[in-house]
Amino acid sequence: MSASSDVGFHAQRQARWHYGEAAFWLVVLACGFLFPSRYLIMTDILRLALFAMSLDLILGYAGIVSLGHAAFFGVGAYAAGLLALHGIINEPVLALIAAGLAAMVLGFAASFLVIRGVDLTRLMVTLGIALLLEALAERFSNITGGTDGLQGIDMQPILGQIPFDMFGKAGFFYSLAVLFVLFLLARRIVHSPFGLSLRAIKNNPLRAAAIGIPVNRRLIAIYTVAAFYAGIAGALFTQTTAIASLDVFAFERSADLMLVLVIGGTGYLYGGLIGAVIFRILQEVFSTITPQYWQFWIGLVLVVIVLVGRQRLHYGVLYLPNLLIKQIGGRKAIVTVPESDA
Amino acid sequence: MTIALETRNLEKTFGGLRVTRDLSLRIAQGARHALIGPNGAGKTTVINQLTGVLKPNSGRILLEGQDITDLPVHRRVLRGLSRTFQINQLYADLTPLETIGLAVSERLGHGGDWWRRMGTRSDVNGEIADLLTRFHLLDVMNEQTVTLPYGKQRLLEIAVAIAAKPRVLLLDEPAAGVPESERHDILAVVGSLPRDVTVLLIEHDMDLVFSFADRISVLVSGALLTEGPPDQVARDPQVKAVYLGEEAVNV
Amino acid sequence: MTSILTNLFDGVAYGMLLFVLACGLAVTLGLMNFVNLAHGAFAMAGGYVCMLLVNQHGWPFFAALPLAFVSAAAIGIVLERTLYRHLYARSHLDQVLFTIGLTFMSVAAVDYIQGSSRVFINLPDALQGQFDVFGVGIGRYRLMIIVICGLLTVGLQMVLAKTRFGSRLRAAVDDPRAASGLGINVPQVFAFTFAFGCGLAGLGGALSAEILGLDPYFPLKFMIYFLIVVTVGGSSSITGPFLASLLLGIGDVAGKYYVPKMGPFVIYTMMIVILIWRPNGLFGRTAAR
Repeated sequence: MSASSDVGFHAQRQARWHYGEAAFWLVVLACGFLFPSRYLIMTDILRLALFAMSLDLILGYAGIVSLGHAAFFGVGAYAAGLLALHGIINEPVLALIAAGLAAMVLGFAASFLVIRGVDLTRLMVTLGIALLLEALAERFSNITGGTDGLQGIDMQPILGQIPFDMFGKAGFFYSLAVLFVLFLLARRIVHSPFGLSLRAIKNNPLRAAAIGIPVNRRLIAIYTVAAFYAGIAGALFTQTTAIASLDVFAFERSADLMLVLVIGGTGYLYGGLIGAVIFRILQEVFSTITPQYWQFWIGLVLVVIVLVGRQRLHYGVLYLPNLLIKQIGGRKAIVTVPESDA
Repeated sequence: MTIALETRNLEKTFGGLRVTRDLSLRIAQGARHALIGPNGAGKTTVINQLTGVLKPNSGRILLEGQDITDLPVHRRVLRGLSRTFQINQLYADLTPLETIGLAVSERLGHGGDWWRRMGTRSDVNGEIADLLTRFHLLDVMNEQTVTLPYGKQRLLEIAVAIAAKPRVLLLDEPAAGVPESERHDILAVVGSLPRDVTVLLIEHDMDLVFSFADRISVLVSGALLTEGPPDQVARDPQVKAVYLGEEAVNV
Repeated sequence: MTSILTNLFDGVAYGMLLFVLACGLAVTLGLMNFVNLAHGAFAMAGGYVCMLLVNQHGWPFFAALPLAFVSAAAIGIVLERTLYRHLYARSHLDQVLFTIGLTFMSVAAVDYIQGSSRVFINLPDALQGQFDVFGVGIGRYRLMIIVICGLLTVGLQMVLAKTRFGSRLRAAVDDPRAASGLGINVPQVFAFTFAFGCGLAGLGGALSAEILGLDPYFPLKFMIYFLIVVTVGGSSSITGPFLASLLLGIGDVAGKYYVPKMGPFVIYTMMIVILIWRPNGLFGRTAAR
């Protein structure tokens, strides 16, 4: 093998599909048939996973810390709700894309504020945008339904063929399909030169510029894409639950999202998916202990994770899966956890 | 004689302190030009202005006759001005393969490509392979940069700058901190740079300067003290005084 | 005209209160570069301590205020020594996650112990009502806030500029390694500063119960205000955050009075405009730190 083709082979090492990944998605699909009584919670997990994947794109790959990612989720949720409620776009898939685009426009506009200044400014700007939108949604209650939210949303069949059923079966497979398609796209993006340049920016913005990477333009691009993903997640929320209320913008939603991603690990796309499952299980457990005060335990989990060290935690948790992948797949672990945060 | 890189009356102050004083440099096409000076002379500040990390207070910077004073960092790189850093500035989590691949992709205009996977363009792969071989990095191309020995990181630092195919290359103390055993590789690489690449070397190590440079500028307190061919600079009593003075302080 | 002056007065009082609440954060975040989103939790602690002392144990209000300071500072120093100090060197993401966790815990804990409704502190009669000065309505309570916070601000400025502690703090922040080389006990300076900032927040929390409202969600509700004060104000001195607090206070009060329908948007709009104009804050931050 010549050095050139050798380089090509190794450069695509991370981008190739692994048995472990295929198995992962087969298990997810199988869940749809194995637990027919759990469609609602499983759909909820899929949405959360998509939302977390969106945050992973900016946090895990580009190193942008956001306290207000719910802003884009909320815009997507309300856009989908309004489109359906007023019969502007009746077909769910088209409405989904339109809602995602709405969030994307906002993300593009917001990105110019986000790329300016330091981490601290980013925290304030992201938090501020979500709060601003929440206040706007409350203020224009004639459009958004105010604190009651949008009610009486009647969803049309998907692609005009498959109606949403009361057990949530259609909703589950619809959400799974959307998640998978967007996952494929994200996978494509992060293994492209563009995706690699984001990791370079996260690692060392000074050097990134010194090899000719237009840092700001790349950050704007990925922030906009992430907003699209979050908007789609929000739209799925409205479409599968037929409601949209003010809490889509809540700070707690953005904070929980960070916990999801941190549980699952950043920077390898599966973190959000795995984190969403564990987060929901934790939430269930905590709500049974103290129904009203489960937030306390969520807080405790965050504190403990940070004190133990995220990296150490993930090496521990992923030890077994990585061992299996090495044994079965005969290659290096897929799930390395690259950590050196902004 | 064509001029590759030129500064005209460059001025930079940090809160009242003049760190670059009316500096006019002309570096000829294909030259091996060294910029030397005692500690704190403002050499790295000059580099930072040339590359666009810092904005000069006044004065112009010209690359091959074109004014680049107001261009952002990455645009200067695309115009053919590339640099290495005195302290390694690498991507800790990325591998040498990825690091160089990225630099090559950016230069060929594929950097914003978000659909094609890394490693599927044969022209990019060929260049990466070539650079990895030249810089003795082929055997460690899949290791995380942060785990590499210092000498290898230093080589990677230079390789990344070369990957941008610069017409003017700024080397900021390329051999700094490299253990004696690994020094040879670095010097060989620096010595074998193609002749059409103009090199501006910032260096402390006088052996390296005098074996490499065909022209030397001496910077003291941000201002140009003298300039000329190596033997002339070596005989210059002013330069001797500056360096002897420094040594006297060190002793 | 008089209503403008009354609003201005209220805005100044509100702004000064914000300054006392947030100036501890300006130091930890601005100078020590530690993102402490749980800062509001210390304010809440001070507020609840004051409320319990006054309402349930019959302490006089002015005797309970110092206790609000002391209790919040005590909690601050315990947490700093046990938890926070391990995180100074960690990434901002870790600091954000950790302090959000603490905030959630404090919110749920106070909710559990004291219930979720807003609490009021019984004020002495002397602080209630308002009097007129040339037709301008001056609230007694707000006047007291301006006096207390004004004195605190002047005192702080003196401490930072004139005392040995002030110069030690500045040295420790500028270059911890060099400072410890000079014989400054850097961890101690940081711990003391952190605790003092928490104490001020606790005092602010007690004072703000009447004006901002005190309930378990206080730390979340006012997180953005604290962040605005620090980012807009910058960290080169405490003058920046002070002016930013005043601007925020006056803007918020005026916004809610003159354009009640658009009330909350006034400060957000201000914030965005300021950031577009000066991304590193009105009064300049040292970008490198």
